Amino acid sequence: MAILGITVLALPLVGLVQRAPWTSLGDLLGRRSVLESLRVSLTVSLMAAGVVLVLGTPLAWVLARVQVPFRRLVRALVVLPMVLPPVVGGTALLFALGRRGLVGQWLDRWFDVALTFTMAGAVVAAVFVALPFYVVTVEGALRTTGDEMESLAATLGAPPLTVLRRVTLPRLVPAMGAGLALAWARALGEFGATITFAGNLPGRTRTLPLATFQALESDPEAALALSLVLLAVSLAVLVPTRNRWFPTR
Amino acid sequence: MSDSSVDAPTTATTFPILGTVGTPPAVDLAGYATVGDLTLDLRLKVEPGELVAVVGPNGAGKSTLLRLLAGLVQLNAGTLALGGRTVDDGTTRGFVPPHLRRVGWVPQDRLLFDHLTVAANVGFSPQATNDRVTTLLDALDLKALANRHPGECSGGQAQRVAVARALAAEPDVLLLDEPSTALDAGSRQRIHALLVDPGPGGRQRPTILLVTHDPAEATGLADRVVELSSGRIAEGLQP
Repeated sequence: MAILGITVLALPLVGLVQRAPWTSLGDLLGRRSVLESLRVSLTVSLMAAGVVLVLGTPLAWVLARVQVPFRRLVRALVVLPMVLPPVVGGTALLFALGRRGLVGQWLDRWFDVALTFTMAGAVVAAVFVALPFYVVTVEGALRTTGDEMESLAATLGAPPLTVLRRVTLPRLVPAMGAGLALAWARALGEFGATITFAGNLPGRTRTLPLATFQALESDPEAALALSLVLLAVSLAVLVPTRNRWFPTR
Repeated sequence: MSDSSVDAPTTATTFPILGTVGTPPAVDLAGYATVGDLTLDLRLKVEPGELVAVVGPNGAGKSTLLRLLAGLVQLNAGTLALGGRTVDDGTTRGFVPPHLRRVGWVPQDRLLFDHLTVAANVGFSPQATNDRVTTLLDALDLKALANRHPGECSGGQAQRVAVARALAAEPDVLLLDEPSTALDAGSRQRIHALLVDPGPGGRQRPTILLVTHDPAEATGLADRVVELSSGRIAEGLQP
């Protein structure tokens, strides 16, 4: 059964690699539409990663170290996007931040800000699905790095900010890197929430996954080439997170 | 805010062992603390410069006593004064946090900063001067390891780093939790020598509380031995 399980995971990848148009790969990836999608994807995913870092670090800290009311509920809320179908997330974003949404109507009316069908909207969708990966990773690390090391630093005369700067953050950096890599990869691969909330506009919201889906109908070879790019990126993400997934002991 | 210092009036007292008239005890503890299933009911005075060995069975509360003095556990009732300054008042909830106590703590599991070199570990404290760090690295035979990381050190070397790091902070009170356990004879000897005279250059020895299971260590090093049993201190044992 284990072999069958591995087969289920490996077979699609083997099919992808076997059917890949290796000889024309350079030409396919050099197309303007592909490069444009790559640019949109990188912009959206990197901006989303930045937002995830800024919002996720304090959130992970609070969940790991602060006694807040309804903490279990907050944690469940944080993890929810990991199990929620992305299209549901996109629909929820639409009804919350769309032009006639709960908050979106006020953004539109007061600040003339519309998120739907914009790159900013794609970033919001990516943050929504990627944030949990970062928060869960960093929160876990904050729990395991523990208070003891910080307590000891305090007994050496280090005030709280020094402890944060010289002990907590340096020890947390590997987990932050791993969490950020996972979140970035999730943002890069985001499809359902993006197409629902931000649409599929070339040069604005058409990311690599959306371009791949689009190409499947008209140009399967281009779709295969784009899929290879996303596969390569996913494998690259395993490098900074290898200790998490491939324990040496 | 938990950093409000509670300054109790300093009472001039005469101490039979090392204290002098008008000098407050280095440690003056009278209070209760509950940690998990363990309730500590503690009365303990330690004079400046005194080395007190704390012995007792496992689970008696020896490590918790050290954590209480370091500010990592709070009193539920009673007071703790260090050098005449009340740092924990279980009644008023006045509490001086660990970084303002000048108490060095060497826990059983050392807790070295594995992202820092040995030299950076020893020099971690804001109070640690370069000269002091160099002197301690030399005294504990750690100079050759200065640029290594704790992961590259043996158990004995790591223990010496932990002791050096605590001493570099120039604490008024040094708390050592079984510092010689599982050490080779050489490492043990170096640490013992430093405890007897931890201040190269004529520096005054800090007050030391040494938790140990080794009777020879307790009687050989300590000015006084106190026994802790089920969270209570039985004073008066002489080395």
